[in-house]
Amino acid sequence: MTAPNHNWRNFKNVLMQIIAFSCAILVVTPLVLVFYHLARLGFGSINLAFFTQLPKPVGETGGGMANAIVGTFILLAQAAVIGVPVGVLGGVFLSEYGGTKLNWWIRFAADILNGVPSITWGIVVYALLVLPLAVPFRGTVKSVDAAKSLVTVQSPAGATQSTQEFKVNAKTRLNLNGKDQLDSLQQDTDVMIRYHEESDGTLAADSISPTGLRGLFIGKIIHWHNSVSGFSALAGGVVLGLMMIPLVMRTTEEVLQLVPGGYREAALALGISKWKTIVQIVIRTALKGIVTGVLLALARVAGETAPLLFTALGNQFWAHKLTEPISAMPLQIFAYAISPYPDWWRQAWAAALVLLVLVLLINVGVRFLTRDRFQPKI
Amino acid sequence: MPEPANQTPNAAPGSKSANVPALTVRNLSVFFGKEPAVKNVSLDIAARAVTAVIGPSGCGKSTFLRALNRMHELVPEARMTGEIRLFGDDIYAPGIQPVIVRRRVGMVFQKSNPFPTMSINDNVTVGLRLNGLRDRKLLAARTEQSLRMAALWDEVKDRLNAPAISLSGGQQQRLCIARALAVQPEVLLMDEPASALDPLATSKIEDLILELKKDYTIVIVTHNMQQAARMSDFTAFFYLGDLVEFDVTGKIFTSPAKKQTEDYVTGRFG
Repeated sequence: MTAPNHNWRNFKNVLMQIIAFSCAILVVTPLVLVFYHLARLGFGSINLAFFTQLPKPVGETGGGMANAIVGTFILLAQAAVIGVPVGVLGGVFLSEYGGTKLNWWIRFAADILNGVPSITWGIVVYALLVLPLAVPFRGTVKSVDAAKSLVTVQSPAGATQSTQEFKVNAKTRLNLNGKDQLDSLQQDTDVMIRYHEESDGTLAADSISPTGLRGLFIGKIIHWHNSVSGFSALAGGVVLGLMMIPLVMRTTEEVLQLVPGGYREAALALGISKWKTIVQIVIRTALKGIVTGVLLALARVAGETAPLLFTALGNQFWAHKLTEPISAMPLQIFAYAISPYPDWWRQAWAAALVLLVLVLLINVGVRFLTRDRFQPKI
Repeated sequence: MPEPANQTPNAAPGSKSANVPALTVRNLSVFFGKEPAVKNVSLDIAARAVTAVIGPSGCGKSTFLRALNRMHELVPEARMTGEIRLFGDDIYAPGIQPVIVRRRVGMVFQKSNPFPTMSINDNVTVGLRLNGLRDRKLLAARTEQSLRMAALWDEVKDRLNAPAISLSGGQQQRLCIARALAVQPEVLLMDEPASALDPLATSKIEDLILELKKDYTIVIVTHNMQQAARMSDFTAFFYLGDLVEFDVTGKIFTSPAKKQTEDYVTGRFG
């Protein structure tokens, strides 16, 4: 045997192995870095108050984001209510029913939906569920009574000209910067008021915003964070649920396809109807896989921020109804991270850490569920 | 073209009521797409007897078997012409659901397929439970009865709640037979039920089939010529979708009417 060629081959072999190994390490590095960074900056702010208290206004230290944590779970629960039945049944259809041509198109559509940017989902649901529910009153401020928390607004001249008095509750008065909105509200400015009718017939303003281009500026939307009508927990749940559907559908289809055809045949040959065969035999056999798919889809949407900015919006307080804006951890991270207050930055790091741990826990749960899947049977 | 076997071959030893056929098949053709898999087959299957279906791979014997309980309809482009009557009832009559046919004509498959999420007990009663039977006493009685008939009771009576897949391959196949028997079908179709088993398990299944013959009509597809000769009362030989010859088993294996049959059973082809 002559050596030179052999050495060169060995060298190439080792070189490729090193390159592949380095790339594998590169995959793991970001996770370690992210986790280390979050733990370093966020861990110090995690305490009991973080999980149990509402955010404190600027200037007061402490407080937490109990509302955001609960909000995230409320949004995920709504998303599951929408995404799991539709996704699982859609997957059942793809796997168990349907002509191949139709299935090809459904699969194609689901795969495209899986690739739709999350902000696109957000703006679609914003147009469908947020804007139509927002009923603003537009007009000119006639008087401001800070002591009684009353604002009188006259709508523009025209057929529907009217003057309305709006009660402004403390929640709406206090903007995110902790300042009283009524202090800066000038007479004769044009405003758009989103409001609702109280049980005693008075009109309560949910938000007061100057009309014109400034009102569209994202900073302003964040500014009137508290309760801008139209934005709702429901819309947030819907958008996350819609995003879950194609994810759950495809994984359900895949795991149902893994169930051997022999089980279906055996059940059908016993005179069991097709639907009962699917529910009691096929789905039961693939249940772990379906649960895994659902959990991974939940983990995926738990961290979504962009669609929630358009829908759930965020809330510095508890949301009492699903029709009110609600906070969620990603929204709180966004709001706090772009604020000018170091205390809020720390809370944002802590929230990011909690969110990452939540997603990690879901993944560990999935590993636990599927741990014996590849063990040989019998 | 094979001659249509319009009458049941004369009563064979062991068949108690050969005068009333369990299944009468007339001019049966089964197509997958445009290709016929079974061509114009007519025969009578005697009640309380074992009928073996033999023939080389791809001869249509499994398709024929599946047409007997409408299992071939699981293939989307399958269709059939002709007539099959189960004790006089046209199983392809309009308005007859395949589900009803399959409750009367049970099936056991080549590969044992007990449901992996269920216990031994639940596997036996699944057909009854999913068809609405709730009475626990009745279910328990039917479990014991079916497992005894499948010659499995003594081996599993102490661990009925163990997972079905903890059983050995031969036991799993007998469990599948018990599962099929639990819904009390009139006919039991078996598609090479022992071909994946070792000789010992195979002989247990064969003993079981001979025992079951007392109460059930059995149609068995087999590749094993000795098995067909040992167990069956009647034998049908299929080749390329045609029913070449159908007669009393003894005659098929000793003095077949057709040259093709003789060549096949003596191992000259197939």
